[in-house]
Amino acid sequence: MTIQSETSTVQTATGKAKTMVLNMGPQHPSTHGVLRILLELDGENVVKAIPDMGYLHTGIEKSCEDKTYSQAITLTDRIDYLNPLGNNLAYCMAVEKLLGIEVPKRAQYIRVLMVELQRISSHLVWLGTHAIDLGAMSVFLYCFREREEILKIFEFVAGQRMMTSYIRIGGLALEPPTGYLQRVEKFVKMMPGRIDEYEELLTGNRIWMGRTKGVGYISADDAIALSMTGPTLRAAGVAYDNRKVFPYSSYEEFDFDVPTRTDSDCFARYMVRVAEMRESLKIIRQAMKKIPPEGPVRTEAPGIVPPEREKMKTEMEALIYHFKIFTEGFSPPVGEAFAAVESPRGELGVFVASDGSPKPLRVHFRAPSFINLQALPKLIEGKLIADVIACIGTIDIVLGEVDR
Amino acid sequence: MAENSNTNVVVERLRGWSPNAISEVIEFRGETTLVVPRNALRDVAERCRGDKELRFNLLSDATCVDRYPLEPRFELNYHLVSIPRSDRLRLQVRLSANDPVVDSLVPVWPGANWLEREIFDLFGIRFTGHPDLRRILLPDDWEGHPLRKDFPVEGYRDTASIATRYTRNRT
Repeated sequence: MTIQSETSTVQTATGKAKTMVLNMGPQHPSTHGVLRILLELDGENVVKAIPDMGYLHTGIEKSCEDKTYSQAITLTDRIDYLNPLGNNLAYCMAVEKLLGIEVPKRAQYIRVLMVELQRISSHLVWLGTHAIDLGAMSVFLYCFREREEILKIFEFVAGQRMMTSYIRIGGLALEPPTGYLQRVEKFVKMMPGRIDEYEELLTGNRIWMGRTKGVGYISADDAIALSMTGPTLRAAGVAYDNRKVFPYSSYEEFDFDVPTRTDSDCFARYMVRVAEMRESLKIIRQAMKKIPPEGPVRTEAPGIVPPEREKMKTEMEALIYHFKIFTEGFSPPVGEAFAAVESPRGELGVFVASDGSPKPLRVHFRAPSFINLQALPKLIEGKLIADVIACIGTIDIVLGEVDR
Repeated sequence: MAENSNTNVVVERLRGWSPNAISEVIEFRGETTLVVPRNALRDVAERCRGDKELRFNLLSDATCVDRYPLEPRFELNYHLVSIPRSDRLRLQVRLSANDPVVDSLVPVWPGANWLEREIFDLFGIRFTGHPDLRRILLPDDWEGHPLRKDFPVEGYRDTASIATRYTRNRT
């Protein structure tokens, strides 16, 4: 991959000037992983930018084809490693759609609760790392302090801090332990004040505004044409949020706003994400009220959803189903299904095609980071090299998801 | 995805414009798939985006399914979203194994650029009219297209040749 030779001279105020090609990444800390960008520079100005990725390509979509439908859930955790529960949810929704099974209300509400906690934790990592890229060290430490609280809740509920695989086909992996809502309650009480603290440090900060205001502008039409979704699109004034437009997992019962801005610069994206954290807290509070204290967390679907432990000790059929699910899996009808959720980064879609065998014919992830990254050259070409860092930050890419 | 009433509007609108625009309509689990003949794809896509009653302005996703050894072997799926109408639609194009070439949709939705590069990289499908059809996830000198069904899951275990290839190219 090279930069075309005819672009190697540019017109400047003083006449023709030679440009320089700079290789940024893949080990550069502010590229948030292993993103490599070839930058053609005229002094400090970016003339042309070519993103190059694939350093983290692990062939997850191919591996899914070699696993049964249930086994593939563990792989979905590892795509967007800041949003494993959201990935689980999108994949399980696609398979549930293919099977035509419904999930009990209680499980749906717990899914919403967990996914919204995940959204806050993902935005916290984004805010912290973005701030550290732009020179605000302390925000990073505060954000990770609060994220730790969320990970502790995940560990308590699912047994794992990060790669939870908690959401399963037909419901949840296990009944949440007693006292989990009290922990969430404690977190929800503490968090609004902490978000105020971040805003005090950043929102009115002159250095922060100088680095982000007016930087990385993209018009709403361009953003839609480039298939951008999520906070980057909402910061351009388009209120497209899957939770509102195509509600799933009972989101239509929740009362929340979709924050939008119109400036469409890095500062607007920051404001949208901070507002989203507050909206997520609102949803979590409602979910805590909605979750019934008792009830099934898995749907009754013999041969698809593993039976309860107690049943296996008394019922022969349950034991047989359990054995069959974990040895050969289950076979959905021939067909295709696409399910989309609103991940912290945008529309996360999962496309599953079945040929009637226990292994998927094809699993495809519509990775929002990958598609949003496509707009990066548009954001940075003609701007300063320091703005490249700010723009990569506000697109909020996760390289595990870009490369899959 | 699309409700039934919406589906009829979309299908009627497209059939009214050109009777051969859609060769098949598939309804499964509330999702609508319109199977489009290969040579009509770009016109249908243009129509879906530009028509004032359809307005599918966002290309959400594009992906491929390899049905090897069946024919037609490849199925390309384009997932469209209409933000103003809150609607979804899937366009499907079927390609045979010996001629996996189709018109690029980059002129219609610029966002198709990387999606088509990914399909080219992993399935080896050519998009005519694509401005920059290069591999995107795999190295430029990779042999084969790993998401094809005749590519083994564990890859080719010829590590010696891979090692020499990479040391040779590192200059």
